[in-house]
Amino acid sequence: MSKQYETVIGLEVHVELATKTKIFCSCSTRFGGEPNTHTCPVCTGMPGSLPVLNKQVVEYAVAVGLATNCTITQNCKFDRKNYFYPDNPQNYQISQLYLPICRNGHVDIETAEGPKSIGIHEIHMEEDAGKLIHDEWDDCTLVDFNRSGVPLIEIVSEPDMRSAEEVIAYLDKLRLIIQYLGASDCKLQEGSMRADVNLSVREAGTEKFGTRTEMKNLNSFKAIARAIEGERERQIAILEDGGQVIQETRRWDDNKECSYAMRSKEDAQDYRYFPEPDLVPVVISDEWLAEIKSRQPELRDEKRLRYKEEYGIPEYDIDILTSEKKLADIFEETIALGCKPKEVSNWLMVETMRLLKEADMDASDLSFSPKNLAALIGLVEQGKINRTVAKEVFEVLFREDMDPVSYVEEKGLIMVQDEDALRSTIEEIVKNNPQSVEDYRSGKKKAMGFLVGQTMKAMKGKADPALVNKILAEILG
Amino acid sequence: MSLMSLTAVELGKKIKTGEVSVREAAKASLAAIAAREEAVHSFVTVVPEEAVLARAVEVQRLIDEGALTGPLAGVPVAIKDNMCTRGLLTTCSSRILGNFVPPYTAEAVLNLEKAGAVIVGKANMDEFAMGSTTETSWFGVTRNPWNTEHVPGGSSGGSCAAVAAEECSYALGSDTGGSIRQPSSFCGVTGIKPTYGTVSRYGLIAYGSSLDQIGPIAKDVTDCAAILEAIASHDAKDSTSVKREDYDFTAALVDDVKGMKIGIPRDYFGKGLDGEVKDAILRAAAVLEEKGAVLEEFDLSLVEYAIPAYYVIASAEASSNLARFDGVKYAYRSEEFEGLHQMYKKTRSEGFGEEVKRRIMLGSFVLSSGYYDAYYLKALRTKALIKQAFDKAFARYDLILGPAAPTTAPRLGESLSDPIKMYLGDIYTISVNLAGLPGISVPCGTDSKGLPIGMQLIGDCFQEKKLFRAAYAYEQTRAYEHCPLAKKGVSEDE
Repeated sequence: MSKQYETVIGLEVHVELATKTKIFCSCSTRFGGEPNTHTCPVCTGMPGSLPVLNKQVVEYAVAVGLATNCTITQNCKFDRKNYFYPDNPQNYQISQLYLPICRNGHVDIETAEGPKSIGIHEIHMEEDAGKLIHDEWDDCTLVDFNRSGVPLIEIVSEPDMRSAEEVIAYLDKLRLIIQYLGASDCKLQEGSMRADVNLSVREAGTEKFGTRTEMKNLNSFKAIARAIEGERERQIAILEDGGQVIQETRRWDDNKECSYAMRSKEDAQDYRYFPEPDLVPVVISDEWLAEIKSRQPELRDEKRLRYKEEYGIPEYDIDILTSEKKLADIFEETIALGCKPKEVSNWLMVETMRLLKEADMDASDLSFSPKNLAALIGLVEQGKINRTVAKEVFEVLFREDMDPVSYVEEKGLIMVQDEDALRSTIEEIVKNNPQSVEDYRSGKKKAMGFLVGQTMKAMKGKADPALVNKILAEILG
Repeated sequence: MSLMSLTAVELGKKIKTGEVSVREAAKASLAAIAAREEAVHSFVTVVPEEAVLARAVEVQRLIDEGALTGPLAGVPVAIKDNMCTRGLLTTCSSRILGNFVPPYTAEAVLNLEKAGAVIVGKANMDEFAMGSTTETSWFGVTRNPWNTEHVPGGSSGGSCAAVAAEECSYALGSDTGGSIRQPSSFCGVTGIKPTYGTVSRYGLIAYGSSLDQIGPIAKDVTDCAAILEAIASHDAKDSTSVKREDYDFTAALVDDVKGMKIGIPRDYFGKGLDGEVKDAILRAAAVLEEKGAVLEEFDLSLVEYAIPAYYVIASAEASSNLARFDGVKYAYRSEEFEGLHQMYKKTRSEGFGEEVKRRIMLGSFVLSSGYYDAYYLKALRTKALIKQAFDKAFARYDLILGPAAPTTAPRLGESLSDPIKMYLGDIYTISVNLAGLPGISVPCGTDSKGLPIGMQLIGDCFQEKKLFRAAYAYEQTRAYEHCPLAKKGVSEDE
């Protein structure tokens, strides 16, 4: 490859909003459920049914727009996008084309070359479609409308990204903003956040964009990175061979690590957009906008600054603690219950992270309560259990979120503070291990560790290690 | 004399006083249907007698208990077949919905049921309300009870014919471009299209969503006011529904038009208007003038642009509204097909009639990329200009008076051969829908062939009360004319 190429990437990100009910009816948005149980005449496209806009969808969309520095369209409208597909009960999707709710925003990301601003062209509201399930047995396709009408926002970026790293930094930034707002859980794997990658390449230094393709079916950050690399190479190979990139939609197969053409621009459908006549324009008054603004929570960047000032914990800890809203929430709530920030941070940074990794879970899946974590920290501070026991209790807490105080009582894990009882146990152990005693006395200080271990074993871990050490030292002289 | 020759409010009074039972009223309606359906064919579905009588018993009990006190309690009604009725076939007179039984009831119909209505059937119509003659129905044509060689008008032809033939006491229709007023005119009954947003559209199977409005069809103005009072409501399920303060429409039934300013648009009396219709309308106008109304001719302007603007907007919306009828979820699906694409194609090709297909194609065309601005956007701008022209007129006049249709009912088969001519027949009614205004058609005589003529009164938005007042005052000067078929009477068991 003689020439230098630049990759130009823009993203279309769909985010499922965390409303309790659907965008145009009062059906539940809950995931799962028997097929077609979260449905009504509206979300199954029954004749004569009419949509009514869920106000919460507007509030979430505005919140995301404000957090991404967008201009809010205070008089926005819905449009119909017409296309036939069986997962789309009306054969049109209610979306926004002409007057999307948010426009002209940006988010700032960190790149290897320093900070960079990624433009947001627009954010619009729309409804999700149902789900088609192919029944191999009967060789027919069934449709489940439970997801039909679940609210989405589509965040359309400017073609401002130049690498997979930038794309991932941008997506991660969006994810954090939206999670912090509580507008969505943004899980790529579960489809509550979906990204389509628009990518083109051009010779370095040229102004004009190359022909772009759109890549769909990207279910993880890793798949996105691989798809970007694959598509970049595919396009460069075409250009190097003197060919031309075709504007088309491609589907990424992450198992085979390659993409397939789905449809070209020529067969692109004419969606025959027109203003949705069943809905009235959405008027966002200054008062309403101010109200949404006043409810905006502290976002990650603000939180980082505050943690530094307020808690004085290391930058590294701050980065991890704020990397998931759930983690930051547990952190702050546990501190509010009277625990030391550094102590709470340690539990979250070390044990929690280890267990998450072992269980292959996200921090957003954490289910233990700050109250129980605070109680566990209290037990350690009061010297009722030692750290080894505490870690074991935490593992149970992590899984079951039980009250650690009654747990350690029931399981008899409270430390033995009775020095006389401990002394007699240690005397017994010293008597039974003459070799170790001799070793210790002849200078092999490591033998002490063995004796401590034996003691702890005899005490079933419930001894205070400091006390054991003290008594042993006395006996051994 | 049949109970069905009474107005709805007259019959309601007799039921209330106990002079007539709900069962007797229901039986009279069913007997009239049995006697006249063969000649008229107003209904797609007649509710089975057991079900009608069971409902009659229920309503009677509620009346006796004092739970139902309204003027329409126990009175038999026909519902146009584009309004969903739970458990009762709702077809839009289309093959594609030929077996569709809705799981819910339209809000306007629910409101009527709360008022004690006894539904006797679902009235025939032009397929998906597209047409002006009720000849495009998959279930066969409805005939005009005044002369069964003629059409009843449309699209609410079944509703109007059922009322005129006295098969029921009153009916609900829907009006997208004149579909209540024109057939009311052709059938010699009174029908009002209320201000857009007055009656909930929830459960009305959409044709042109921004233009559709449900309204009453009955023998007289008093009935229409009482029915509108019952069906009008602010409905949270319809985003375009309006919350009004003046639902007491019957309060406007006052025989007094003194000082009322009525504009007569010259544009409504020009070329294309039948001479006999013109004379009848001008005579009716003169009656109002004698009663003290102030008449003035004026130029409304833009009238000729209403038809193209309407057919662009309504067809565009229809092409999208009717996309859901695809054989996937409910109703008709073609028997044999290979794969999804062919299933769509065959289902829709077989399921829709010619006129519906014509409008779906027209609507798809005007919305397609490259044509949207030239057709759809231009039509929306025209719509806005038409509204402005009306605003200007209503700055001077309380009401506008004109014909409801340029002719009386044409003969069966005359209209469909020339769709453009048929579309031109909507010239006096269509702009009212484009501007969202209320309009009423009131009988004002018959032509030399003995076919009814209707006078149309148009009001500004939310001025139904003015319409009712003027129409009521005019109506006091003439008796209701029963059609010859209804005069023949029915041999009744009871």
